[in-house]
Amino acid sequence: MNLLTGRSARAWAGFAGAAVLLFAVAPLALSDFRLGLLAKYLCTAMVAVGVCLAWGRGGLLTLGQGVFFGLGGYAMAMHLKIADAGPGNLPDFMQLYGTATELPWWWKPFENPLFALAATVLLPMAVAALLGLFIFRRRVKGAYFAILSQALAAALAIWLIGQQATTGGTNGLTDIQGFFGYSLDDPVNQRMVYFVIAAALLLLIVIARQLINSRYGELLVAVRDSEERVRFLGYDPANVKLVAYVVAAGMAGLAGALFVPAVGIISPALIGIVPSIEFVIGAAVGGRASLVGAVLGAVAVAWAKTALSEEFPAAWTYFQGLLFIVALAFLPGGLASLAVLVRRRKATTEKKPTVVPVGEAA
Amino acid sequence: MTVILGQTFTGISIGAVLLLIALGLSLTFGQMNVINMAHGEFIMAGAYTTYVLQKSISSAGISLLVALPVAFLVSGALGALLEWLLIRRLYLRPLDTLLVTWGVSLMLQQLARDIFGAPNVQTRAPDVLTGNITVIGGDDPLTFANSRLFILGLAVAAVVVLSLTLRLTSLGRRIRAVVQNRDLAEVSGISTSTVDRTAFFIGSGLAGVAGVALTLVGPIGPTMGTNVIIDAFLVIVVGGIGQLKGTVIVAFVLGVLQSVLEYSTTVSVAKVLVLVAIVAFLQWRPQGLYTLRTRSLV
Repeated sequence: MNLLTGRSARAWAGFAGAAVLLFAVAPLALSDFRLGLLAKYLCTAMVAVGVCLAWGRGGLLTLGQGVFFGLGGYAMAMHLKIADAGPGNLPDFMQLYGTATELPWWWKPFENPLFALAATVLLPMAVAALLGLFIFRRRVKGAYFAILSQALAAALAIWLIGQQATTGGTNGLTDIQGFFGYSLDDPVNQRMVYFVIAAALLLLIVIARQLINSRYGELLVAVRDSEERVRFLGYDPANVKLVAYVVAAGMAGLAGALFVPAVGIISPALIGIVPSIEFVIGAAVGGRASLVGAVLGAVAVAWAKTALSEEFPAAWTYFQGLLFIVALAFLPGGLASLAVLVRRRKATTEKKPTVVPVGEAA
Repeated sequence: MTVILGQTFTGISIGAVLLLIALGLSLTFGQMNVINMAHGEFIMAGAYTTYVLQKSISSAGISLLVALPVAFLVSGALGALLEWLLIRRLYLRPLDTLLVTWGVSLMLQQLARDIFGAPNVQTRAPDVLTGNITVIGGDDPLTFANSRLFILGLAVAAVVVLSLTLRLTSLGRRIRAVVQNRDLAEVSGISTSTVDRTAFFIGSGLAGVAGVALTLVGPIGPTMGTNVIIDAFLVIVVGGIGQLKGTVIVAFVLGVLQSVLEYSTTVSVAKVLVLVAIVAFLQWRPQGLYTLRTRSLV
């Protein structure tokens, strides 16, 4: 492989830079509180990596990433709640409502830490595979797919709210104390969680990059651009799309699972229609087809949300709406395409150095 | 027996509400291929129009009658404005219209919150619509709520007017021509941009009418649009894009299905089961109940 030439070398240099930023600069420069926030944003970025793959590369506008984020999150939170309660005890909220006298059958497997950990990724992937199989085989696509995935997010959130006694209802699973034996109150352990999340994000970026640069990645773009031609070439577009959708679901599931120890809560409000669309916003603003763009966009939008909504909750909503409109209507490639535009502009002005358009000289 | 009839009527009335909401979408999404997520906020605009009118007109009956055309105009104007500002730039990118109009919907929700406050508000229903009609008397009576019957009538009237407009008027002919072959329509002397905007005006106006109807069955609030819009989109998807007939049938079928499932399980389980049923249905007819037969490979 030509690891050290041209684009690839630049990509690895960027990757190393990102690793230094995440593992050395951020923990030194940020307070424990800020680092905790960053951990939360990085979880959003992990979902965005999947969105970049499925939507940016594959053209599958999935508005239901909250479903997979939620499945991963609930799988993790269920295990941590059981572990917090101790052997033989019920999680606190079940005792509170008094409706359940023993652990519901579908909670039981999550007592096992290995099962729970595997489930955080495999469960979302399995659900995505099942749904994707039904949807892509019958060539349901485009707007149909987007709406169905969105309906799924709505249905899961409504279902979770309805099952108050076994899922915690609207409150969700809250007040999670421990993480595999480590107390989450301890700032040192919070830091550990941050490092786990940062490492997971880098891992997902590597996986996505390898997928994008492989033959499969080219096939995925081909399916996005002209599904029929790919079919005529003898490939099955349904399988190509299925892989991207399932991988994106697994990434969202892992993000949800790591979100739980970072924030200490998972609830229907974090996985319904609105958060599901917000997962797409970051990637869209940064640049849906570019991994770097999607990740940076997700972090930037999540950061802007915290920064602005604390001070001016109303202004944030207007700003968020405007961001969406401007990014998608006028800059479909996101901010990542600005870099390309600037590069092109530079190239043209270098050829004709004397002509600087009025108002564009900076 | 009365239980079955009662549940069926509940289902039909859910279906009528669904139909009213989906009707405008069948024009903007079905015919124009624009996925307008702000449609729910146009419904909200219609509902708040009713609320404002009731503040200034003392008689609930008159204010409701006045609200119907006014809400149509208010929401329609919002729709035409949206089309002019944003959507006309996006006709070739339907998926992006979804996300762009979602941004619009966020801003409209916040606007409603800033103007009317975050808590839900309520309107008074006119006295005529508050009672029930007893269909079967006796020990086990079967009653229909007047407000539900009114919504059913409104839905039927809206469908009839819309389908007659599309079928008989010259505007309808122009809309259908643009939908079927935009380029040919353009060279035949039809101003496609005017037709687009008019169709958008009508579709959004129908959302306003649906908003007036919704004030009779529930509270008015900034997020009321988000709650209903997904169901309406599902109706269009299952009915077949651009097919009024499909929209009508599917709205009632889904309404009855929802009502029957709710009766035998719970509201939240029923929602999930309806979605499963929809995915299963799409295995059988991926393009919806009714489809235009074309030679297109898509």
